[in-house]
Amino acid sequence: MTTRLFKALLTSAVVAVSATGATTFATSAAECIAPANPGGGWDFTCRQIGKILFDIGAVDKPVQVTNMPGAGGGLAYNTVVSERGSDEDLIVAASSATTTRLAQNAYAGMTADQVRFVGAIGADPGVIVVAADSPHQSLGDLVEAIKADPGSVAFAGGSAVGGFDHLKPLMILKEGGFTDITKVKYIGVDGGADAITQTVGGFTQAMTGDMSEVVSFLANGDIRVIAVLTDERVPGFDDIPTAKEQGYDVVAVNWRGLYVPKGISDAKFDEWAGKLQQVADSAEWAQAMKDNGLAPFTKVGGDFQSYVDGLVTEINAMSKELGVLQ
Amino acid sequence: MDILANLALGFGVALSPYTLFLAICGCFLGTIIGALPGLGPSNGVAILIPITFTLGLDATSALVLMTSVYYGAMYGGRISSILLNIPGDEPALMTTLDGYPMAKQGRAGDALVLSGVASFVGAFLATVGLMLLAPTLARVAFFFGPAEYFALYLLAFCTLGGMASNNQAKAALAACIGLGIAMIGVDSSSGLPRLTGGNLHLYDGIDFLVAIVGLFAIAEVFFFIESHGKGSSIGVKLDKVRIPWKDIVSTKWTMLRASGVGFVAGILPGAGASLGSFLAYMSEKSFAGEKGGFGTGVPKGVAAPEAGNNAAAGGALVPMLTLGVPGSGTTAVLLALLMTLNITPGPTLFTERPEVVWGLIASLLIANVVLLLMNVPMVKIFVKVLMVPAWILLPGVTMISFVGIYSLSGSYFDLLLMVAFGILGYFLRKLDVPTVPVILGILLGGNMEDALRRAMTLSDGDVTYLFSSPIAVGLWIAAIAGFVAPMFLRGVLKKPPAVTD
Repeated sequence: MTTRLFKALLTSAVVAVSATGATTFATSAAECIAPANPGGGWDFTCRQIGKILFDIGAVDKPVQVTNMPGAGGGLAYNTVVSERGSDEDLIVAASSATTTRLAQNAYAGMTADQVRFVGAIGADPGVIVVAADSPHQSLGDLVEAIKADPGSVAFAGGSAVGGFDHLKPLMILKEGGFTDITKVKYIGVDGGADAITQTVGGFTQAMTGDMSEVVSFLANGDIRVIAVLTDERVPGFDDIPTAKEQGYDVVAVNWRGLYVPKGISDAKFDEWAGKLQQVADSAEWAQAMKDNGLAPFTKVGGDFQSYVDGLVTEINAMSKELGVLQ
Repeated sequence: MDILANLALGFGVALSPYTLFLAICGCFLGTIIGALPGLGPSNGVAILIPITFTLGLDATSALVLMTSVYYGAMYGGRISSILLNIPGDEPALMTTLDGYPMAKQGRAGDALVLSGVASFVGAFLATVGLMLLAPTLARVAFFFGPAEYFALYLLAFCTLGGMASNNQAKAALAACIGLGIAMIGVDSSSGLPRLTGGNLHLYDGIDFLVAIVGLFAIAEVFFFIESHGKGSSIGVKLDKVRIPWKDIVSTKWTMLRASGVGFVAGILPGAGASLGSFLAYMSEKSFAGEKGGFGTGVPKGVAAPEAGNNAAAGGALVPMLTLGVPGSGTTAVLLALLMTLNITPGPTLFTERPEVVWGLIASLLIANVVLLLMNVPMVKIFVKVLMVPAWILLPGVTMISFVGIYSLSGSYFDLLLMVAFGILGYFLRKLDVPTVPVILGILLGGNMEDALRRAMTLSDGDVTYLFSSPIAVGLWIAAIAGFVAPMFLRGVLKKPPAVTD
């Protein structure tokens, strides 16, 4: 009996330690919170930036990635604001979705000034995609088709209704003079790849998402990208026209970056900004961006904070205009 | 011949003493992780990802380790299902239905070996299917729109009535409780929170792992406390482990059919291993009819869900690799791993990075053989963990449950929720209401609603859209037949209760 008891205790102890091991050694190493389940963009940001920070020697210990899914990033935001407001070893992955939700007051009243945005070091250009056999050859065709019969075109995207992917076609339509935006059909599915399968399968007529989500489908010839939502054409995808050159002045990129708690010292903030800049300048990051369809987009430090503030104001105004926010 | 050449390339990448060693470690860890209630394949793989970076593993080695853990967890889930009546992870849910009664009849060893073999058959066939058909099968996803998905989930719910062998009304009630719980969270079609009471923790809905661990493990602890540790239902004796050749031979067609069903369910994005094991069990049950004795501890009832869920695990890799759409929670984690290694899955992965794909397939085959060797003769070792007296085991289970659930989101709220589910599970069992349909409601209800809402958006609320494709119509017919047939056939098939040996 005694040996069995001992064995049992030992086994459960070993198992418990191995299960918790991953989270306990974070005390001295830096921690990156990905406010979503593994597999998405925020998780990618944390894991990739964390890995490069360690590889280039900017931190001495591997960065511990914690997945804290909940409320579209709201849970992590709440934790950082209310519980870890002065944790100097904490970075949190952020993207356009973070600012969109902040602007739409989707984080239960929390605002963008309750944390400090360190910087963005890459952006995923927004795209509008149709199936390869679609009759719509250009963005103009698509917009005209919607103007003629709003019910004839349905969009699929990876974000929920009112999210960034939903806003992209609405911004374009508004620019094209179509104002009855509540008539535009949009379904939110589980991620960009799923949105593409729905579009290629003919269940929806167009897909709205990010460049990285469509790269491999593009190479396979299943889809046609009719517009990329950047100022200039994206290097490597030079035959894809921008919305701007087709007469729709819409720029929408999904930047990938970080925020830190508000209570950390200015010196520490600058230190993180410096480290992020180091990652941005590294060959490893250049390769990671290339492999994942990201375009260069570096804004670090105070520069970035004012960019975020501008973005929040802009999306807030637009969301009110579009009726997704009262 | 192309396939053989590719496979040779894969084995060339994956078969070295070092990777074999990693595969064995991964399989062992995976089996333990799968066997522990609360820690399922997805958290198992997620917890181990940082280790691959710390060890500085290259892409192939990391993949070998992770797929071994993945398959290992799929195998391991059955152990606690059979011995404790607590599913080790969500796909092992269905294994409790016949595995535990079989163990109570003193055939725990047979059940474990049989389910091990069934797991092997399912996983092996799925890997072969992945190898031969992946690029073609990926197209299947293009035929499934909202209407088809809705009909698929409806099929799953329509066959639920047959779940509880004694009282179907209670099974229906339990499913409704589950569906109600699935409604909690942000409504994906309007972006508005429902039934959350303004609590941020509830915005993403309730994680079914929290529900499973609460309803099964924590409820078990309450029962244990109530009985002062006497006559606890857990702690099945395991004597000699022999290979039950008779059962294996008699279930061979069940395994093959269940593998087929599971594989197809796995391929469909979002359906995943749980639906695979569920559909495999249900189809075998209706195939066997009333006299099959499903639910009373028959070998077929053990073989079907295990072959089904392991086949689904392999099937789920098809959309992940070819479309970048994860078919289950665990493949979503594997997808994350691939992306971190700068490999972007998609339609071109098979041609652009053959060494990764075929290395992965080879490592799946390796992991599968290692697991069969590990699980059949060495099953006693894993069982030892669970064979300790209940008064030690249950606190251990409680501890592991708390640790496992906390690791999901790092929030104490999930722990409170888990205890609440434990209390719910206690009362449901007191009232003799089955808990499995509750879990299925939570697991599939959200997806089913999303599919319906999307279909309605696309069709401007036109109900006929739901029957607009041959696939959807076929699924509807199967669903209605599955719901109605048992009522009419009951009279015809009514026979004296089968004698179970």
